[in-house]
Amino acid sequence: MTKKIKNLNLNFGPQHPAAHGVLRLILELDGEVVEKADPHIGLLHRGTEKLIENKTYMQAVPYFDRLDYVAPMNQEHAFALAIEKILKIEVPIRAQLIRVMFCEIGRILSHILNVTTQALDVGALTPSLWGFEERETLMTFYERASGSRLHANYFRAGGVHQDLPAGLEDDIEKFCKSFPKIINDLENLLTDNRIFKQRNVDIGIVTKEDALDYSFSGVMIRGSGISWDLRKSQPYDCYEQLEFKIPVGKNGDCYDRYLCRIEEMKESVSIIKQCLAKMEKGPIKSLDGKITPPSKKDIKQSMEALIHHFKLFTEGYRVPKDETYTAVEAPKGEFGVYLISDGTSKPYKCKIRAPGFSHLQSMDYLIKGHMLADVPAVLGSLDIVFGEVDR
Amino acid sequence: MKNLVDLEKKINSELTTKINKTEIKYDQIYIEIDKNDLIDVILFLKTNKDTKFRQIIDITVVDYPERNQRFKVVYLLLSHEFNQRIILNFYINENEVITSLTSIFPAANWMEREVFDMYGVNFKDHPDLRRILTDYGFEGHPLRKDFPLTGHTEVRYSEDKKKVINEPVKLEQNYRNFDYESPWEGTNYIKDQTEKNDQKN
Repeated sequence: MTKKIKNLNLNFGPQHPAAHGVLRLILELDGEVVEKADPHIGLLHRGTEKLIENKTYMQAVPYFDRLDYVAPMNQEHAFALAIEKILKIEVPIRAQLIRVMFCEIGRILSHILNVTTQALDVGALTPSLWGFEERETLMTFYERASGSRLHANYFRAGGVHQDLPAGLEDDIEKFCKSFPKIINDLENLLTDNRIFKQRNVDIGIVTKEDALDYSFSGVMIRGSGISWDLRKSQPYDCYEQLEFKIPVGKNGDCYDRYLCRIEEMKESVSIIKQCLAKMEKGPIKSLDGKITPPSKKDIKQSMEALIHHFKLFTEGYRVPKDETYTAVEAPKGEFGVYLISDGTSKPYKCKIRAPGFSHLQSMDYLIKGHMLADVPAVLGSLDIVFGEVDR
Repeated sequence: MKNLVDLEKKINSELTTKINKTEIKYDQIYIEIDKNDLIDVILFLKTNKDTKFRQIIDITVVDYPERNQRFKVVYLLLSHEFNQRIILNFYINENEVITSLTSIFPAANWMEREVFDMYGVNFKDHPDLRRILTDYGFEGHPLRKDFPLTGHTEVRYSEDKKKVINEPVKLEQNYRNFDYESPWEGTNYIKDQTEKNDQKN
């Protein structure tokens, strides 16, 4: 007698700790082997793009913090660069260095979270306890510069909101000295760890061709052996003046992506150090009064500054009619803003290109034929944050 | 092609009739094509050894409700080999259908689904054209300019029915959208309009 066996449909999430947020993954299982994966996203959709169309350029910045909320300033950077491109304004060097420095801090924030939670997903608890302590330190740097641990709202078209408070540069420098040891500790726990390797090596392999076809970027494409980093290939702000290497993987599996992230953190520390060394006193935003708000002192004394202040915070600055696509290398990959301005003080359209969106859509391709237990490992190495996937 | 000017020439000479307009702006090439030539142009850009635009970065639509051809469809492409970006676009009417790119770029799948969800533009030969970002059972296309910012329905948990229900939006306070260019003429508020409509009904 033959018995018909039906494939099992399994709901992975939306409330599963390894789903990294609100992912509903519908898996079709044949025994323990995944036959098909269908991610249902949009549970965190807030209509960011629609909201931005209804806000002035300055009011739209905080929405970018809420996309990839693990590395908020990297997103703001893309938006600020896009506006600067259309307005054709110069950013003072100190502002560029501050922005690059905080972007690299964001990269470390994101990579710590990813590496340690990926370890957590495959059964290692300690790395996340150690890593999150460092994230806490980094977020205090965010707080001291911008007033907020997560939703910084710090970058502006033309520079940054305010100068760094006294002592922050020294503290960041101290962190740069102590942090490499923490990376080593994490590596001691994970890199040669037998269980970690068993769970990650040769899992979720992406070939070079497929990495291109599926629009991968960031660590996902570098892990597969393509040396591509927008900071090098299409440098923005002062990245051209900084020296850093691009770690590239060999096999394109989850383990290589983990190694890439670890190496990138080390490079980020070196970039932060270089930024601090180059930092000199100077203006932190463009001096164009029509774009950046005047100082408090000027408002009290100059009529023109007062008018500028009033106009900037009611109407906002107008951006001439134009369109541009601007991308930055966010920790998760290419984060882009396709901005269309129509001459008013609000964007006509602002399409946000989130790296996680194209990474997650390849889930079916990545996981087909793997075991159910590999789903968290692959998902973890994709580095998904739902703020940016759902927008 | 190493530089953009050469690339622009190359594209214009190879695809002559298929290109309506090219422009170099901010180190990117903006190309306007016809809707029917999409597949040919994309295939050429992807496979030609001098272009190699191997990756689709994004697909999106811009809505101009006042125009005859309402939607501007935009394709962003990237060539890693030559480190160049191309932005393709064409205009379509509200009911026109576009050919899907999923057979050329698998990554186009979700991008097209998003465009379908947000703007209601349909794609031919798409394997799985469902809504992607909005809720199950959602109606309307949120990124169209004539879709109100507040939406049409709001969701809450009903204690009586013991389940989550959808209701028409009730605003406690109007969303204040000042028109700074003519501040004295007043603004049309959504709440007033809906109340007027309610009275009519």
